[in-house]
Amino acid sequence: MALRKVKGNLERMFDKNLTDLVRGIRNNKENEAKYIAQCIEEIKQELRQDNVAVKANAVAKLTYLEMFGYDISWAGFNIIEVMSSAKFTYKRIGYLAASQSFHADTELLMLTTNMIRKDLNSQNQYDAGLALSGLSCFISSDLARDLVNDIMTLLTSTKPYLRKKAVLMMYKVFLRFPEALRPAFPRLKEKLEDPDSGVQSAAVNVVCELARKNPKNYLSLAPVFFKLMTTSTNNWMLIKIIKLFGALTPLEPRLGKKLIEPLTNLIHSTSAMSLLYECINTVIAVLISISSGMPNHSDSIQLCVQKLRILIEDSDQNLKYLGLLAMSKILKTHPKSVQAHKDLIMKCLDDKDESIRLRALDLLYGMVSKKNLMEIVKKLMVHMDKAEGTAYRDELLSKIIQICSQNNYQFVTYFEWYISVLVELTKMEGTKHGPLVATQLLDVAIRVQAIRKYAVQQCALLLENSYLLTGQPRATMSEVLYAAAWICGEFSSELEDPITTLQSMLRSQASSLPGHIQAVYVHNILKLATATLYKAEKDGDTETMEQIFALKDKIAAFVCSGDLEVQERSSSVLVLFECLKESPGLAEELMEAFEGELNPVAPKAQRKVPIPEDLDLDSWINDPPSESSDSEDLDMNDIFIKTEKVNDSYSKQEFNEPSAEELQKRREARKLEQQNNPHYLKGTFKNSTSYHNSSNIYEEFENIPVTELDIPVSLKVTNNRKRYKIHGKKNKKTKKREKPISEDEQDNVYPVQVVNTGIGELPPGAELSDSDEYDHVDVNDPHRALNIDLDLPLRDDERLPVLEHRVIENNLIQETTESKGKKKEKGHKKSKKKVKEVKEKRYNNQLELTDMWLENNTSTENTQPPVTNEYTEVFSKKESEWKDNKRKKSKNHEKHKKTDEDSKHRKSKKSKSKKESLKKSSDYEETAGISTPSKEILPDLRYNFANSENNTISAPATLYEELAQNKVLSITYELKQIPHESNKLVASIFITNNCQNLVKELVFDVPDTSSLRLMRNIGDGFGIKLPFQLPPQTSKETQFTVLISDVTFAQRLRGTLTYMLENKESTLQEKLDFTMHLTCSKFMVGDLSHKDILTELLKSGQLVHKIRKEIVLSQDFDVILNLICCKCNLTLVEQITDTASLYGHSLKGHHVCLLLKYNKSSANLIIEGKGDNNTLLSGIGEEILRILT
Amino acid sequence: MIKAILVFNNHGKPRLSKFYQYFNEDMQQQIIKETFQLVSKRDDNVCNFLEGGSLIGGSDYKLIYRHYATLFFVFCVDSSESELGILDLIQVFVETLDKCFENVCELDLIFHVDKVHYILNELVMGGMVLETNMTEILTRIEDQNKLEKQEAGITAAPARAVSAVKNMNIPQQIKEMKLPDLPQAIKDLKF
Repeated sequence: MALRKVKGNLERMFDKNLTDLVRGIRNNKENEAKYIAQCIEEIKQELRQDNVAVKANAVAKLTYLEMFGYDISWAGFNIIEVMSSAKFTYKRIGYLAASQSFHADTELLMLTTNMIRKDLNSQNQYDAGLALSGLSCFISSDLARDLVNDIMTLLTSTKPYLRKKAVLMMYKVFLRFPEALRPAFPRLKEKLEDPDSGVQSAAVNVVCELARKNPKNYLSLAPVFFKLMTTSTNNWMLIKIIKLFGALTPLEPRLGKKLIEPLTNLIHSTSAMSLLYECINTVIAVLISISSGMPNHSDSIQLCVQKLRILIEDSDQNLKYLGLLAMSKILKTHPKSVQAHKDLIMKCLDDKDESIRLRALDLLYGMVSKKNLMEIVKKLMVHMDKAEGTAYRDELLSKIIQICSQNNYQFVTYFEWYISVLVELTKMEGTKHGPLVATQLLDVAIRVQAIRKYAVQQCALLLENSYLLTGQPRATMSEVLYAAAWICGEFSSELEDPITTLQSMLRSQASSLPGHIQAVYVHNILKLATATLYKAEKDGDTETMEQIFALKDKIAAFVCSGDLEVQERSSSVLVLFECLKESPGLAEELMEAFEGELNPVAPKAQRKVPIPEDLDLDSWINDPPSESSDSEDLDMNDIFIKTEKVNDSYSKQEFNEPSAEELQKRREARKLEQQNNPHYLKGTFKNSTSYHNSSNIYEEFENIPVTELDIPVSLKVTNNRKRYKIHGKKNKKTKKREKPISEDEQDNVYPVQVVNTGIGELPPGAELSDSDEYDHVDVNDPHRALNIDLDLPLRDDERLPVLEHRVIENNLIQETTESKGKKKEKGHKKSKKKVKEVKEKRYNNQLELTDMWLENNTSTENTQPPVTNEYTEVFSKKESEWKDNKRKKSKNHEKHKKTDEDSKHRKSKKSKSKKESLKKSSDYEETAGISTPSKEILPDLRYNFANSENNTISAPATLYEELAQNKVLSITYELKQIPHESNKLVASIFITNNCQNLVKELVFDVPDTSSLRLMRNIGDGFGIKLPFQLPPQTSKETQFTVLISDVTFAQRLRGTLTYMLENKESTLQEKLDFTMHLTCSKFMVGDLSHKDILTELLKSGQLVHKIRKEIVLSQDFDVILNLICCKCNLTLVEQITDTASLYGHSLKGHHVCLLLKYNKSSANLIIEGKGDNNTLLSGIGEEILRILT
Repeated sequence: MIKAILVFNNHGKPRLSKFYQYFNEDMQQQIIKETFQLVSKRDDNVCNFLEGGSLIGGSDYKLIYRHYATLFFVFCVDSSESELGILDLIQVFVETLDKCFENVCELDLIFHVDKVHYILNELVMGGMVLETNMTEILTRIEDQNKLEKQEAGITAAPARAVSAVKNMNIPQQIKEMKLPDLPQAIKDLKF
């Protein structure tokens, strides 16, 4: 057997290792795929071996192959096997393979939970580091939930290496398990002030990532970051902080004001370009956020622009690029300062680097003026001819259109030129911006009346020239034909030779166009033909008439189109032609149908159509479906329900009438949008439908409520907001029937060619707003779930998930190790409530503090102090003392933990090893690291306690009370509640053997009382036998679950402990009686289900019972308060100097409210209590007196 | 956040790929290919930032790269990273490689891609910058290598002997020497 193993090992030695594999692949360049397939076969063989080394080698090879795109997910199980190896070398290979091939949805990951936990808790920091690195790549929601406690523990590790990794890991945990964010955040915040700069930097990194998506939740951290910024010298961290500030300033302009000075100082002083650049960026963000002027406002802008110029002029292309990037941000708010550097930017347009040219293009729209527009566009056109990549050409095209159309063609003085530019642009091949050019053509033709003749001519030419028709099938430029056809049809009176145009539209190639273009063709052929026919009839020009009727056959070709719309329209047109031919004079009537001016329609106008008052969308049109029918049924239903659904969204919008303020805001937003968006005429494509509703046939449709609202009312908006308002009102008064306001009402800024600058038609009364923009936030973005208010104090139920202990179900368990540590932790739990009060208070103050800090607009000369300064200012003296105490305590605690940390690790290791478990009692189930998933639940108490309570800051007070003592044994106990169990308490009993002899066969005998009962196992009979012995001078702990049926009065649990004392000669049976006191406070739970519960309770009149106690005390009130809260399980609701209100409820939900008033001069404490149970209330009152005296 | 770190040579052969966001293998290869096409056609004297990778990220993402001799080091990052910072990070990465491999060249990356991963793991974790201080990084790598050596101990001796024998495959080694992309020594790397 052994021989075979050795032989096997030897053979294995000649297996390919990674180097061999790489070499082999390089030597088999011709048939690489075949070679690799062969290698994978070998790897599969190797993976079947038992030897971990062989497996690791195979997995390493797989990892290499993965890089070349080979799927290795089939080896997932083997990878996990290698990961679980005890050897670091193999573990590392395993984790690397896992981090390359696993991802959050890998199902195998559920097998890894315990293994990773073991590694995280490993004594070797590199094992833990490995686990963290790997985990960061493939953490799933389940892993995040199960391991968050272990990672949290690592946050307090003594090793900065692990702290650093754990901090970064927390971000990944938050993404997968957002519930962890709030409980873990305080700890993360502490890490911002970690002694190790690497850890600090990691914490900053994590907060920055978190704040980037949800900045408003992190505003309260601004003082901390400010301090870091002014004290740190780590450029990496500074960059992150400064970037973070850039994200925060838009939310809080006061912060910006505070930042300007330190940032400008940094700009002046730093030599690091990266830092300089980020500073400039943030200063720009600040300046954008500060709307009102600041004294040195323009100075800062000047400084930024100057520095940026230096960057742009630098020979380093990277700096040039970034300089331009930052410049474009300034341009948005301070165009003037950028315009001064026009020369520089124009120069960059000629740069050989495409990235730089693109950035310069972005800046260009701020550089143009009426004078240089044509010159710049010409230059861009030249670039476009030369450009190679289509992406760059597309960019150029859209930029040309953007700079020309900005601000309603503000800089275009000569529209013939612009039309010819657009026509020129249509010659560009392979662009995706065809629709853009089409929209521009339509927009210009509609808005600029004077240009129509020219535009129509050009469009007729476009229709005639076939290059657009014969272009590549996927070329979008054919969209332009849509515009051209429409323009020619709509403004047919301007056409010189309509017959030619008609013929060119009816060419057979037209059938290759997309359906929607063909449809427009057909419709406009009708319009054009009708107009021409009418004219010919009037003139008696029979020749033309003949020509037109001859077109009929060609129109018939459209009937065969695959597009339904085209088919239908062309059929109608054919019939109409027939009618026209038979009854002369019909052309005139048909012409009337096409009369009337078409105006631009505002984007979203359709959605703004209000719902008529008499339309009740909530009433059933049909009989309501039966209850059982769900939404799926609705879809099966008729159209009415569908329309109802759609309209519902409108109604919501309409019913939320925006306030005046909102309107103002929206208007400004709209103005901005208009400036930036040249394509606001999105509605024009729908013109053909609104055409039918034009004014002259309006009467026929008057009865239909919806059409009434579709009447074209031109809200001619000039840039003057006031005028806009007047128009709006006027329109309303005149019942919205006004004809469009004529052009001469416009601002006659450009006398030659007036541009209709209205936003377009909207239903009367409707406003164009941004608010109804669809939300484009990615639903899958995990950051959505992380939008959590971090300033609210933690609720009780907000805990990191803790593996539940089995004790409670089994009702009997013994703890063999670490009872001391546990004791501490338990005290911890109790004192947590106390801590919470403090926390709550601190949180409330925190917001104010941030406010104060921001208000205090001191300059940077006194940089660091502000934080601490104001803390002391805000808190009363007493409070600050209290805080200081807390701080000290927490520090002590911190130290404590650190020293404990190692021992804990060691112990946890040990406890898992089999040797140790032999010493333990036999029925205690231990897990052995990873292995099977069935052992998923780790009943290892250390995890619970070590982790769940780590958040607390205060040092725990031991709450073990003495139960009984004789010369052999001493027993102490502690009672604790089980969350969500209203009738159980757990009694932890801690037995110490004080003598020099072995104590064994310990049996607890506790007779049940009317309201108390001990939960026992079946077969326990009268007494509960403890499954352990007590060697001399040792302590053990055990737990009982006590069932309580009445929680309103103090109770006693009497019992006897019998045991055998082993002497040298004989064994003696002895017994020890004990009495366990279950005071009222043991049944109390001190948490507030919600904030106002106290006032609500007091108002409700539920609390009929009252007590009043008085006591003379010389202690400090805060100390008293602390003591009462802590001992009686009550929550501090509110404290105003020497008055405080407390609240708590019993396990069964009886309320107790206390009001404490303390008179300093007489050292007199008055306790007034209200409650809904008299015995409980007086019991508590009694207890408080007992505690205090 | 760093979304991906790619290293490939002048012919687009991947030498290291690390994705911090999940893509399946095919997608990964496509991304590498696209990135190579974008990066390789750029002159050496243009800027090191590149937008327009369509497969990875979208508008918020940038490619930041450096070209050393035969290798491209490309980082795909979002807007929360500082552009110049990432350039420095690439520099730190390459310098660390240089220290660890003593005059790093492409062959080192080819034959020790696992080690390169381990080194990268000390710089970047889960897409976030972990450490930028080179001495600290080197200590960590040293420590872990020591650990590995300890574990190997005597048992590894036969394996080492075998691999030495394998390495004595002289004709093949000569072939190796002739490979066209045998890179220049580190002195050609421009720092």
